[in-house]
Amino acid sequence: MPHIPLSPDLPGIRGAMAFRPETARPLNDLVEVLLTGPSTLTLGERELIATHVSSRNCTHYCHSIHGAIAAAHLGGDEALVKQVKVDFTQAAISPKLKALLAIAGKVQQDGKLVTPADVDAARKQGATDLEIHDTVLIAAAFCMYNRYVDGLGTEQPDDEALYRERGKRVARDGYVTVSEEYLGEAVHSS
Amino acid sequence: MAHINLPEGFPGISGGFVFRPETAKPMRELAHVLLHQPNSLTSGERELIATYVSSRNDCHFCQSSHGAAAACHLGDATVVEQVKTDFMAAPVSDKLKALLKIAGKVQQDGKLVTAGDVDAARKLGATDIEIHDTVLIAAAFCMFNRYVDGLGTWQPRDPAMYAQMGKHLAEEGYKEPSIRQPVEAVHSS
Repeated sequence: MPHIPLSPDLPGIRGAMAFRPETARPLNDLVEVLLTGPSTLTLGERELIATHVSSRNCTHYCHSIHGAIAAAHLGGDEALVKQVKVDFTQAAISPKLKALLAIAGKVQQDGKLVTPADVDAARKQGATDLEIHDTVLIAAAFCMYNRYVDGLGTEQPDDEALYRERGKRVARDGYVTVSEEYLGEAVHSS
Repeated sequence: MAHINLPEGFPGISGGFVFRPETAKPMRELAHVLLHQPNSLTSGERELIATYVSSRNDCHFCQSSHGAAAACHLGDATVVEQVKTDFMAAPVSDKLKALLKIAGKVQQDGKLVTAGDVDAARKLGATDIEIHDTVLIAAAFCMFNRYVDGLGTWQPRDPAMYAQMGKHLAEEGYKEPSIRQPVEAVHSS
């Protein structure tokens, strides 16, 4: 049960965002640019980073929905997403993404754990400054989103079909558009 | 030395913000709403929550800049140090102590916040919005701290630099940069 009164129809982060639209807007704008904006990392790759971090933080709602969005971007490959959650080093993903996930995992614990060697390893696999920057920020941001969802005691349903369907919608329409259903017409932060 | 080619002379988060303005914008907006816009929690109280969490995450740049902002709002730097060291003994309200306890739990793991923690805060007058914002400030600083540390940004040890940043943050908030030009290092970081 949530620690503050949140709409029972809006599980996870959605109820919290509906409660406080003023902070919802920049939260949605940030995830929109990080996970769907122009990037040399694919949509699927970036969602896998978000899913991996959320799984390490054991935030059920977040790793479920972002796992579903990742799967939607990856041709429905739920097995791949599951493998990344369990052990990404064994997953059928690029060596560059594995090196970036290693960085993300360190940021998830403490940013100070990222070493020059970690970054060099990613560069050797072709990672650019922008890709390293965004990996660090996706990991950091999901440490925020995960704590927000857990810290308010939001409802985190156990319904794979629900996440699958919602994942397809977000993959198709993005975060800001989908948020309009509970925020009203999205007003981008000025 | 930063892990990526960040612009020289921009300390802490300002380097990341110059490097990537597209993500800087919503991050600034979030900080501005959470810490600077009108709220039943004063800006001083909210900056203390941010400083406390940053201190627990051992992020030098963030605890120093937000500590300076808090000191500016409160007209008192010693209370900031006391909150970092032992907030239960600090001269702050019982309500803020209950909220700092919640923030400390969120800093570790949001699942550690209990109904008992929230009830304790409510008994001391905390509203739903104040509880919400406490959780989100703590969560957001777990992001800001990891961003600043994770990129290996330059985190100066010059108190005067932070005092100046703190003044800008307290007076203007977060929408515009407090560091507009590269700064010279007075002491090496």
